[in-house]
Amino acid sequence: MDKGEKKTNRRDFLFTASYTVGAVGIGATIWPFIDQMNPDSSVKALATTEVDISQIEPGKSITVLWRGKPVFIKRRTEAEISEAQSVNLNELPHPEKDQDRVKKTEWLVMLGVCTHLGCVPLADKGEYNGWFCPCHGSHYDTSGRIRKGPAPVNMEIPKYEFVDNNTIKIG
Amino acid sequence: MSEHTYTPSSKFGKWFNDRLPLLTLGAHLSEYPTPKNLNYWWTFGGILTFCLVTQIVTGLVLAMHYVAHVDMAFDSIEHIMRDVNYGWLLRYIHSNGASMFFLAVYIHIFRALFYGSYKSPREVIWIIGMLIYILMMATAFMGYVLPWGQMSFWGATVITNLFSAIPFVGESITNWLWGGYSVDNPTLTRFFSLHYLFPFIILGLVILHIWALHVPGNNNPIGIDIKKPSKDTVPFHPYITIKDLFALLIFLIIFSGFIFFSPNILGHPDNYIEANPLVTPTHIVPEWYLLPFYAILRSVPDKLGGVILLFASIFILLALPWLDRSKVRSAVFRPIYKQFFWILIIDVLVLGYMGAMPAEGIYLLIARVGTIYYFLHFLVILPLLSSVEKTDPIPASISDPVLIR
Repeated sequence: MDKGEKKTNRRDFLFTASYTVGAVGIGATIWPFIDQMNPDSSVKALATTEVDISQIEPGKSITVLWRGKPVFIKRRTEAEISEAQSVNLNELPHPEKDQDRVKKTEWLVMLGVCTHLGCVPLADKGEYNGWFCPCHGSHYDTSGRIRKGPAPVNMEIPKYEFVDNNTIKIG
Repeated sequence: MSEHTYTPSSKFGKWFNDRLPLLTLGAHLSEYPTPKNLNYWWTFGGILTFCLVTQIVTGLVLAMHYVAHVDMAFDSIEHIMRDVNYGWLLRYIHSNGASMFFLAVYIHIFRALFYGSYKSPREVIWIIGMLIYILMMATAFMGYVLPWGQMSFWGATVITNLFSAIPFVGESITNWLWGGYSVDNPTLTRFFSLHYLFPFIILGLVILHIWALHVPGNNNPIGIDIKKPSKDTVPFHPYITIKDLFALLIFLIIFSGFIFFSPNILGHPDNYIEANPLVTPTHIVPEWYLLPFYAILRSVPDKLGGVILLFASIFILLALPWLDRSKVRSAVFRPIYKQFFWILIIDVLVLGYMGAMPAEGIYLLIARVGTIYYFLHFLVILPLLSSVEKTDPIPASISDPVLIR
């Protein structure tokens, strides 16, 4: 009897060990089939864009494509800047100071993608003089912060830097 | 299926059937005892099978001419429409075929709701059916992306962004779905691959759906259990085959009406503009068959909440056999349920209309009321009715009420 029990235990160990190795093997085999869908090297390689901003008049904005997404580069007017800076942070669904969202107060560089479901908001529309998303009705202010509607957070600020006074490098 | 005593008449038939009992299966399908009181609402199973085959055949030939690449997809659709012999016809059959497929599946589902076809012992048939329906929506959505028009692109953007609402891993999941940082060429090619695959998974599920159906047999308009075979049944062939064929004929007339007289009426003109990632159309709407769910999504003023409610509104149907516990299947004998059934139909139609309207003002308000009622119906009204409702007496057999009169 004692012998028999010992035998069963050894077999149990072998079963568990085999199942474990099998599961790891299956997992390792499946992973390439899943990971192949992630962004590939050629997509990642297109990660930076340089933009000439010398032609943009105050109050105007341009839209450039970066990683397949639109980036708004807006040269804000004094009125728009003061409006963005004077907002009481307690009123914001996603409180962020305007100063933290820009590198130079005149220039607002942000992803032109509504944080709700990814539509491109329309400029100079909505109840807060900023952007308005036509898809599901989100209102953004002159700093691109969400003020009203279903979007959960402010429009994203991409990584960018001023190469010189006339050029911005995004990414 | 097991207690078949069929023996093929020819010697070769017998030899073959002993090795692979295909002829036994054929005999089973032909003799299959069917309730003799099935009405025309029961013909949609056959119609749906026809729709699936039509989509597969037309899709197969369209794939011979379509190019899944962001620079060529839109042009290859125009090439199909203008240059390919009968390309316009094949594409219009395929695009309108999707709508007809959904029309038929909605009738089929509401028939099951009215006559209680999802109840014991048919829960597995119902669940497989719902899985088919969910796969149909996924397939149709991916198919709509392939022409790479404005609605294709922005519809894909909005729907894939639903997953970004998931806390913590949302962004990684959307990037994984896209194969990049936005809807782009990798997204298009994988959608094409999956759009080609899914119909065959649906076909497999349809076979299981019918298999599961053939275990208890069909439900019927008065929703009672019947002896099979008996005076209450007729063999499937020729009685049901001919009835199904007649219904299919009527269905095909309507189908052809769309194809030949207004092939674009169910589509959206914006999809004849090539996809542009910089400009969102002012008013994005999904295809008509997804509108009620879209209305539910938009009626919630919170991103994650809206997404949860959208998926809940679909997956709640899977639990239906356990939400409605009333022993009586057919609404014919459920005077109160019958009224709530029609209110639900109106509710879903109203939600659909609201889904097509802009999400503001009175439309939004009505969509919210409609959304609340939708969940109320399944989560409160049905469980409550199961115990409260006083049902009418059920006849002992299909022939009974007729013979008494």
